[in-house]
Amino acid sequence: MSKIIFDIAIIGAGVVGAAIARKLSSYNLEIALIEKECDVSFGVSKANSGIIHGGFHHGSEYLKSKLEVQGNRMFDQLEQELHFPFRRCGIIVAAFSIEEMKTVEQLYLNGIANKVVGIEMCNRSRMLSLEPKLNTDVVGGLYAPAGGIIEPYRFVFSLVESALKNGVKLFTEFKVVSAEHNSEGYTVISENGNIVHSKWAVNASGLFADEISNIFNAEKFKITPRKGEEFLLDRNSAARTEHVVFPVPDHVSKGILIIPTVEGTTMLGPTAIPQDSKEDVSTTSVNLGMVFSSARRMVPSISQRDIITSFTGLRPVLESGDFYIDISKKQKHFIQVAGIQSPGLTAVPAIAEYVKDLVKKDGLILTEKSSYDPDIEKLPRMRTLNPEEADVLIQDDPSFGEIVCRCESVSEAEIVAAVKHGHTTLDGIKFYTRAQMGRCQGGFCTDRIIKIVQRETGLRYEDITKRGKDSWLIEDRIGDIKVNSYGSVE
Amino acid sequence: MKELKFDTLVIGGGSAGMAAALEVSKRGFSVAVVERENSMGGILNQCIHNGFGLHHFNEELSGPAYAEKFIDMVESSNIKVFLDMTVMDMEETGDMKYVYGMSGKTGMIKFCVKTVIFANGCRERNRGSIGTPGTRPSGVFTAGLAQRLVNMEGYIPGKECVIVGSGDIGLIMARRMTWVGAKVKAVIEIQPYPAGLTRNIVQCLNDFNIPLYLSHVVGDIHGKDRVESIDVIPLKNGVEQKDKSFNIICDSLLLAVGLVPDNELAQKIGISINPETNGPIVDRQLMTGKNGIFACGNVLHVHDLVDFVTEESERCGKYAADYMDGKTFSDQYRTVPGQNIKYLVPNFYSPHRDNKFYLRTMIVKNRAELIVSVNGKEIFSKKLKHIQPSEMISFSILEDTVGAEIISECRNNTLEVKIV
Amino acid sequence: MKKDMICISCPMGCRISAEWGKENIITVTGNKCQRGDVYGKEEILSPRRVVTATLNINSSWLGRLPVMTTGTLPKEFIDSLLNKIYKFDLDVPIVRNDIIIKNISNTGIDLIATRSVRT
Repeated sequence: MSKIIFDIAIIGAGVVGAAIARKLSSYNLEIALIEKECDVSFGVSKANSGIIHGGFHHGSEYLKSKLEVQGNRMFDQLEQELHFPFRRCGIIVAAFSIEEMKTVEQLYLNGIANKVVGIEMCNRSRMLSLEPKLNTDVVGGLYAPAGGIIEPYRFVFSLVESALKNGVKLFTEFKVVSAEHNSEGYTVISENGNIVHSKWAVNASGLFADEISNIFNAEKFKITPRKGEEFLLDRNSAARTEHVVFPVPDHVSKGILIIPTVEGTTMLGPTAIPQDSKEDVSTTSVNLGMVFSSARRMVPSISQRDIITSFTGLRPVLESGDFYIDISKKQKHFIQVAGIQSPGLTAVPAIAEYVKDLVKKDGLILTEKSSYDPDIEKLPRMRTLNPEEADVLIQDDPSFGEIVCRCESVSEAEIVAAVKHGHTTLDGIKFYTRAQMGRCQGGFCTDRIIKIVQRETGLRYEDITKRGKDSWLIEDRIGDIKVNSYGSVE
Repeated sequence: MKELKFDTLVIGGGSAGMAAALEVSKRGFSVAVVERENSMGGILNQCIHNGFGLHHFNEELSGPAYAEKFIDMVESSNIKVFLDMTVMDMEETGDMKYVYGMSGKTGMIKFCVKTVIFANGCRERNRGSIGTPGTRPSGVFTAGLAQRLVNMEGYIPGKECVIVGSGDIGLIMARRMTWVGAKVKAVIEIQPYPAGLTRNIVQCLNDFNIPLYLSHVVGDIHGKDRVESIDVIPLKNGVEQKDKSFNIICDSLLLAVGLVPDNELAQKIGISINPETNGPIVDRQLMTGKNGIFACGNVLHVHDLVDFVTEESERCGKYAADYMDGKTFSDQYRTVPGQNIKYLVPNFYSPHRDNKFYLRTMIVKNRAELIVSVNGKEIFSKKLKHIQPSEMISFSILEDTVGAEIISECRNNTLEVKIV
Repeated sequence: MKKDMICISCPMGCRISAEWGKENIITVTGNKCQRGDVYGKEEILSPRRVVTATLNINSSWLGRLPVMTTGTLPKEFIDSLLNKIYKFDLDVPIVRNDIIIKNISNTGIDLIATRSVRT
């Protein structure tokens, strides 16, 4: 078998790696996208708040501010091509004192300096007319109509699907443990002994960017995970707002937000607690009280009764607080894309452009690929259809009429589509379809999904996992274990 | 899109839906039942243990057997059953209701009906609803899902499990897991008393020496990919004694931490919900705030015994038929839960008809007394040998128990129930 | 000798006592019905339980057939019964109350199907 030497290997199939891979797939290049987990978007990207930020939180001296504003503007076209759930619902920042209004004014000036379109200062009555659920103690605030929300994992899945369609090769369960550079380029080796050869490499490995940089013998830096706990509220929550509602930020984080997710639920969070572990995504009971009291200060009707679930995301934070996107000064043909914390999701389309320019500058020859197709197939989602549309679809394919996940109205056809796109774990199917993501959290549909995955893939039940590795669901069938419940069997 | 006309549409083909549909059908009205699964019976189909039907059939049946007796009756009636069908939406204009149900076989069907009976049961509380902290490994199952995996699919979801919640579902699952060869290492209960029936403590835990930790909670779940162990914290006067916490090694955690009526559709069309039950607010005829829309069974409030679900749902079916016959009652007044009462169903009564009530108390007590009063005057009382929150209490106020001298146009005539 | 117990014959859960002397004549008190008397005596002589389980069937729409004993079975026979049940692989059709195992361990108790499976 002849050895494939990729032009470029992108380490990390989160939103950053996926966007870069897709961007580069429009050129005549052989591209490898490498992921240590069993599916894409299983790291930082899966627990993202899903906000398309408004470009006013940071001053224009930051690279991230520039990329945030550029990235924000690119989402309309991306949505046309990639069909991920996206809505420009607008962002408001609510101030509850004269002091806070001073900070709001600074945010406004940031927005102006960053050339944000449509940003405005609001008085109390304008705030209440924009967002009637706000605490009437509000004194004023900021409105950024260009802000919005997306489903982050679905965005990653679409980016990867598009990249794959345009020739990118995806390697999952490929945890990079060594990388040698010689005259041919890099030899990248995984923990389980698989090898990828490439001329260039991009470090888009999120929380592990510092470790990957070490493995590639490039710059030394430290990524500190900043833990963010989020709480998801039921679709029926009376507290669902029209806009993403921010408090006035402090110097550490943007604060606890109220996020009307693009799929109809409401999310509260995130907390912002630095920690050492890059693996610890546990939740705590202490944060619940803090998150709810912060959120209730802005929207009093928020109730703990509406909690469906909570989860934790880790943000990869560099000491500078800014993104680090550059050609390595230590290692040849190595591009660093590190510290992509908030507003990374918003900035990511611009990051991909920026990286494309960097690799070009570094000598990679980019010629546009004539066969490049930016569009992926739009899959119908039952939840979004009216009865007539649904009926037409079922006549065509009856599996659209079989609802698997009752809480989120996900049909069997959508589960099958997820499996066909390579998402065969319960979490992969959850992020692709939203099945198991609603109020029963998989109580009614897990067994049905297991059956469909078995039918579609031929996997045995003991091989089906929640998210790969040792996250098995079922090891035994009745009869496999000898019963000795009363101690009466010899 | 196909349109079908019926007098009544029953949403849910479990024990509640079947009982209600049969009563409506007996009165000569046309009835359709929409059921999500490929068979009627609802949750009874996975409750393969015995103990069902002692009240209604005067014999001890398994869940599937109880269901089958009703399925047989429905199949020999004129009721039209739509299996594998999910209700997607609903709207109403004047006296007509339009319900959209869909299945792969039929496509989308628009049901045009005069009355709708919600009988679609409840769902389980899960980890999110109780806020158990810790990592997010695989191996955390709600007890109902575990029961389905074991009893319907033949899978064993863990070899060493801990069960949270000592209600009957938790206890029954402790025995089931033991009977398929798994080791149940503990049952954890937040309350200082077991929530399930004593007979289930005996035959599901004591028989197998499974420890029951009362006044304990799960403090943390450990394990990155799969559950590896849990921390258990004792409570003293409701306060966590973290210094006394201990660890149990296990590969699975089964959560039997309560049920919630599934009322999304009802809420969507503007039906008011009782925050104590999470079910619709209903009048004496189990009619919701919307004319012609009724609710019964676990979607109205969570019952202990299927026999009670059947009783309530048969009445609901009769009431729906009464409504279509033009028999409605305007002389209805409010009912309110008083001292030590968690909730009371229904939320209205009629002094000139028989009224059946279901309620739950908030206290544990031996030799209690239930007292009913209207306008401050006691009209009924009942001695109760033992009460606890997990055991539903029922009583009836018969026609004319509330005498004409008590009901007054100048008073609100509210019926208050208390337990002392 | 005296043993206090809770009758499990029905959901009432009567607190009953069983007393016996040298002649092994057992007297049960506290029971509210005849079943309590039987339960109290059996619990001393040979504790018995109703068994429910499922077994494999070759059906196109149902994975497992629910089964139940027609009465209580002495505890010492239950584990071996369960292990035997789990080896079954039955063909359909099956009608509710069909006998799956007759006269389990010569106890006179049968194992029956508690659900009909036509296809």
